[in-house]
Amino acid sequence: MMIFVNLLIILCMVMMLIRLFVGPTLYDRVLALNVFGTATVLLIAAMGFLAERPEFLDIALLYALINFVGTIAVLKFFRYRRLGDAPEDSEMVGTNSGDGDA
Amino acid sequence: MLEIAVEIISWICFITGGFFLFIGSLGLLRLGDFWARLHAASIIDSAGLGLILFGMMFQAGLTLVTVKLIAIVLFLLITGPTASHAVANAAFASGSRPRSLVVDETARKEPKLRAGEPVSKRKRKAPSEKPATKKTKSKAT
Repeated sequence: MMIFVNLLIILCMVMMLIRLFVGPTLYDRVLALNVFGTATVLLIAAMGFLAERPEFLDIALLYALINFVGTIAVLKFFRYRRLGDAPEDSEMVGTNSGDGDA
Repeated sequence: MLEIAVEIISWICFITGGFFLFIGSLGLLRLGDFWARLHAASIIDSAGLGLILFGMMFQAGLTLVTVKLIAIVLFLLITGPTASHAVANAAFASGSRPRSLVVDETARKEPKLRAGEPVSKRKRKAPSEKPATKKTKSKAT
């Protein structure tokens, strides 16, 4: 029965991937990527239950950590165009970078 | 008897969680604009994920696995809304507004403002910033 949960999660991940590739603006893509990472955590945990290997849960926890940091890093990069310390307010890039990305 | 009850509860959790997961990703795929998709994505982050991991806790019983699952649930319940808020804030700051917006209540009370105008043009219009903005922009493109 656990395999049905796995298949459903994979189906949902495919739907998220379509939005990730289609998504008209940058923010649609970042949103789809964030949800895709959440679904990956679910899939790894469900795979661990399917294969009866509880070590998979540690990988899922690690993936949850990386996913959050990655989303914030992508957003920060597209706002400030650099990943180091945030620039001063006066030299901030115009924040409408994701508008006409159709 | 108790084992059967636990199994039934866990499968009820899986089915409802899978339902919410499917509804959320269908909404992410089909809804019309970014703000509606944001709403669909937060269904996955809260209801779908929480219920499926909750069902896994019932399957595992009182073991170390449940402790790890609780850690995953707690962490995702903290970071999921934070990440959604960050995405929404970035989209809002870039000037995106809901498609069916009639009156922009978030706009400043100045006469010139229009609903579709980007925030960056409204707030930071000090003349000293303009060259810096242009320079970095041309470098980026």
